[in-house]
Amino acid sequence: MSGENFLFSVFAILTCVSALAVVLSQTVVRMAFWLVISLGSTAALFFLANADFVGAAQLLIYVGGTLVLLVFGVMLTASGPYMKIGTSAGETVVAGLLGLLFLFVVFACIGGVEWRKPVTGSADNIATGAVGNTLRPLGLSFLGVRPDADLATGKPPEASGYLLPFEIVSVHLLVVLIGASYLARAKRRAAPLGQ
Amino acid sequence: MMFAAQSIAEFFDWLGGWQYVAAALIHAVLLIQVFALSPFAFIWLERKVSGRIQDRLGPTRVGGLFGWLQSLADGIKLVQKEDLCPPAADSMLFRSAPYVVCVASFAAFMVLPFSNGWVAVAADCGLFIMLAILSLEVFGIIMAGYASGSKWSLFGGMREAAQMVSYEIPLAICALVPVVAAGSLNLGEIGGMQRGWFGYWFIFHDPFTFIAFFCYFIVATASCKRAPFDLAEAESELVGGFHTEYSGMRWSFFFMGEYASMFAVCGIAAILFLGGWNTGIGPLDDALYAARNAGADGTGSAVVGYLANVIGAFVFASKASLGVFVQVWLRWTLPRLRIDQVMTTCLKYLVPISCFLFLGAIAWPLVMLTVLGQTTWTSSPLGKQVSAEVYESQVVQARSAERASLLNVENKTAELELAAKAFVAGKERLEAAKSSASEAEKNASDTQLTSLQEEVAALEKAEQEARVGLESANETAQKAVLKAKLLIEGRASVNKNAAAAREQGVVR
Repeated sequence: MSGENFLFSVFAILTCVSALAVVLSQTVVRMAFWLVISLGSTAALFFLANADFVGAAQLLIYVGGTLVLLVFGVMLTASGPYMKIGTSAGETVVAGLLGLLFLFVVFACIGGVEWRKPVTGSADNIATGAVGNTLRPLGLSFLGVRPDADLATGKPPEASGYLLPFEIVSVHLLVVLIGASYLARAKRRAAPLGQ
Repeated sequence: MMFAAQSIAEFFDWLGGWQYVAAALIHAVLLIQVFALSPFAFIWLERKVSGRIQDRLGPTRVGGLFGWLQSLADGIKLVQKEDLCPPAADSMLFRSAPYVVCVASFAAFMVLPFSNGWVAVAADCGLFIMLAILSLEVFGIIMAGYASGSKWSLFGGMREAAQMVSYEIPLAICALVPVVAAGSLNLGEIGGMQRGWFGYWFIFHDPFTFIAFFCYFIVATASCKRAPFDLAEAESELVGGFHTEYSGMRWSFFFMGEYASMFAVCGIAAILFLGGWNTGIGPLDDALYAARNAGADGTGSAVVGYLANVIGAFVFASKASLGVFVQVWLRWTLPRLRIDQVMTTCLKYLVPISCFLFLGAIAWPLVMLTVLGQTTWTSSPLGKQVSAEVYESQVVQARSAERASLLNVENKTAELELAAKAFVAGKERLEAAKSSASEAEKNASDTQLTSLQEEVAALEKAEQEARVGLESANETAQKAVLKAKLLIEGRASVNKNAAAAREQGVVR
């Protein structure tokens, strides 16, 4: 077993065990803590797969952003010291069934894929650089320049990339956020002075 | 780190598949030294500076001159203290929170270059990874505040969460302003671009980066929850904020994390705005750069290249420590803000200012292009400067060369394929002709053919004979004609002779 495989097993086991702990723990903040470890290990798996941008985005968005908001929400809304979520027997059965079904789907998908090793020197390896550093190819493909796809056809790209749709969606999201905070803010009553 | 072998992974080549694990361990141990020693120095600095600002001497006894071993004494005292966990706390979260803070601020050093090429992980999106990891620190603070089971801690944690979620936005946007000027997220490349005189530092790149530096520094101070933004631990109102219930080593972990992340954000500031490991003196920088490169590729002395990098690391550490000193200075000079003032500062002032700076930094090269005809005000545009990441550029060149050669091969293959297709088509046509010929041959019977051939041969022979006969006939005819001529001539001469003789006879 090489060092890379060893690190992969360490982080894969961490991801799975802490994901199980998320399901099994009762306190919401403990769940958030285990989720941090699970998502952080997933980011480490991304780094191991030479996808450094996706790994960093995983850390920034899910661990640094979403989970902090989750804990912040729990702290703002909880009525007691440690909010607990109890699961009834029916919920456990339904969730277990769903989980098993999902596991079946995942296994079926893994079995259905013809796994091949990438050929060295092929267009894919040039596009990803084979040493990580996926930032430049990602940025280029946002602009519609796909080094791997262009190599296959030898023609200039036809699509203009996804930059404009991405920007439109981002600005839309910002507008929605501002609107939501406007709707949610406490409205002051126009009470006369001295009341 | 880069003494004889090109990298540590190369140095451990003989370990086979484990060389990367060994290299990672060495990098981690080196970085833990930085992580552990920088708080050691900065806590002493904090004590000394605060003493001087308050007209005291600060520590003077421990370790002799200036009390420089004070931090060690503090550490020994903290290790001896009892590790308390209050009964109201969620003990698992309470115990693990300091580790989350420590791990987050330690892991940020992973992508921080200390000198030209002295970096544990030279990632293309280094700045992005660093900001992502630094944003995890807040989670440990919130966990500590929540799990302590104390009202003071909970208030501290809430304030920290609100403050951090808000201040991350201007932090990222201010860090983007020099990135727009550099065109790279790779911290090593950004540092290498500022080689040369002071004018090449990104703080002097345009007025927007100049303002962005101060904006970034304010936001970075707030993101390290340093005074005047230390609402999370405001000791005058919240006892100690999120760390009220902590004692001993766990308490000190929070401060190790805090001082280490102060150094990390000031290091980012040094690389993004203040030229990184470059001294700011053009010829000296060029000489150090050349020495380092010569040492790395084997054309010069490896020791001299190593020393050049040590000088670079010293310059970088001085710049980052200067930033930490200013943060300490601010803490003991400015009064603490109220939490609503902190939020107002961020959301109503820093976010709009940073957005304006970002837009300005985008517009600046276009304005310079129309006014001066180049994208920067300095003599040589940034794009023309050789990036310090020589290895990176070599990889890029190799990649493009490989791509070009692959394209070439692709074209050649297409040509060959066309030729092969034409060849195959020709072969098919030949085969068809052959088969039709053989069919025709089969249809005609052999005997007829031979008889025909014999007939033809006989005819030819006859013709030949006829021709020979004709020729001989011709010859004989010609001979006959000649003979006839001779005969006619002879007869004529005889006739003449006879006539002459007759005349003579008549005359006589």
